[in-house]
Amino acid sequence: MDQNSIYGPVLLDHVSHPDHAEELCDATHTQQGVNPTCGDDLTISMRISDDGTIEDVVWTGSGCAISKGSADIMADLLIGETLDEARHLSDLFGRMVRGEELSEAEKDELDEAMSLESISRMPARVKCAELAWRTMDEMLKEV
Amino acid sequence: MDSKKTPLTKAPRLDAREASDITKNPYKVDFSLLASDENLHYLDSAATAQRPEAVVEAQKRFYENVNANALRGLYELSVEATQLVEDARQTVARFIHAKSPREVIFTKNTTESLNLAAHSLGELLLKPGDNVVVSVLEHHSNFLPWQIAAKAHGAEFRVIHPNKDGHFTEEELAEKIDDRTKVVAIAHVSNVLGTIAPVEKAAEIAHAHGAVCVLDAAQSVPHMQVDVQKLGCDLLAFSAHKVFGPFGVGVLWGRLELLEAMPPFLTGGEMIDSVSEEGAVWAPVPQKFESGTMDAAGIAGTAVALHYLEEVGMEAVEAREKALVSYLYQQLSALPFVHVLGPKDASRRVGVVSFTVDGIHPHDVASLLDSKHVCIRAGHHCAEPLHVWVGAESTNRASVAFYNDKADIDALIEALTYVWEVFHGSK
Repeated sequence: MDQNSIYGPVLLDHVSHPDHAEELCDATHTQQGVNPTCGDDLTISMRISDDGTIEDVVWTGSGCAISKGSADIMADLLIGETLDEARHLSDLFGRMVRGEELSEAEKDELDEAMSLESISRMPARVKCAELAWRTMDEMLKEV
Repeated sequence: MDSKKTPLTKAPRLDAREASDITKNPYKVDFSLLASDENLHYLDSAATAQRPEAVVEAQKRFYENVNANALRGLYELSVEATQLVEDARQTVARFIHAKSPREVIFTKNTTESLNLAAHSLGELLLKPGDNVVVSVLEHHSNFLPWQIAAKAHGAEFRVIHPNKDGHFTEEELAEKIDDRTKVVAIAHVSNVLGTIAPVEKAAEIAHAHGAVCVLDAAQSVPHMQVDVQKLGCDLLAFSAHKVFGPFGVGVLWGRLELLEAMPPFLTGGEMIDSVSEEGAVWAPVPQKFESGTMDAAGIAGTAVALHYLEEVGMEAVEAREKALVSYLYQQLSALPFVHVLGPKDASRRVGVVSFTVDGIHPHDVASLLDSKHVCIRAGHHCAEPLHVWVGAESTNRASVAFYNDKADIDALIEALTYVWEVFHGSK
């Protein structure tokens, strides 16, 4: 088991000192995501500029370290990206947690989110890592 | 099968005092999975128990030597398979002090047993204006079937609440159970708090109002001597896989006259005397409730598991588990970042201790404990109403069986300190 690599400094730093765990008063989009069986309950908000750039992403809510840390890492990754780029990153993240092999270039794109790579070997926790991303996907569908 | 002749355990027969020495472990050797991995600390027996080699062997022997459908068939193998099932019925009856083997119905698990009970008693007893009483401590499998049966028959669904220690007071029972109560269904031992319900009292009050008392004994039969005559209940359900037997076998015991009055639940093969285009005549009890092909190998294995327990001795099992739970409770309580749920008096608990770790989600706790080879359960343990009642979304649960020892609990405590450090070392 590789849990040690999941609960490493990258994830735990995002959990204990999150960069984006706050409200966003001028959000253009907000979406709640819930994992009913574990009680993970996150709300993701973002602000999209007129030219379709994601200017800010924040999250609030409660859950396990993996769901919260993954949300904070996602926010870091998506700020400044275009909507298409965000969809692409979400797709990459989905492939990673399903255990698909990624190229070195793709791994570089996922950056800190790669710290969750070994989640694919902890099937019960995949939905925790995915929660923020699935919630983001819902919003990206509506944009 | 000669299960009664050859010894089923390699452990010597210990008295209660000897068995409660948890620094020694003469039982582990009977359980291949535990014996083969010294670093494995299995503390999830409330979810499913480990099986002794004798049980695994019994199933293997069945498939190798007796394999046939236990259909009261006309050829030797089938007769033998049928006989094994009927022998197992006797073993179960003796184990729980049933008056007759006919009072023992084989199902696939406790859930099916309780669904049978709820569906059939609902048909038999419930009318609009009646009520069904369960407790907030129930596992979903002793909650949902009754909620559904009550709704289906226009009856009221009532929930009794224990005091903050997890114990039911007589006043609460007397307040909720009245003359319109038809069924009182409770867990003998809570799968989250480990508390023991006052079954005799509940059955007495239920009977005084003409109601039937149903017991979910999934968490008690593995750990204590269960005597249906003393308990006074009318139906009782448990699973073989928590009593060191195979997966896929459950038991529903019931008083014969009640079972005879109850309509069948699952219908189909083997549960009829005759079928015509106009209707059917049900087979006598217990076959009326045993539709379809039975897991004869699993049932044979179940009998061996109970023989195994008789050989080890329930007094030894009870004494050892009391020592284990008491040590587990004491060690967990000593950790400043751990909060234990339920009664402080460890002697009033059976098998399980549930707890939370300050600020760390139970799923993170369980995942990190797993990296130290400590297996516990995390979540709501199929008891959401209970978790709402105690105000915790989810909890961690460590549960023991007689094959555990002090080293298993020490490993848990050490690993919990590690969990705490993982989260607090990163600041």
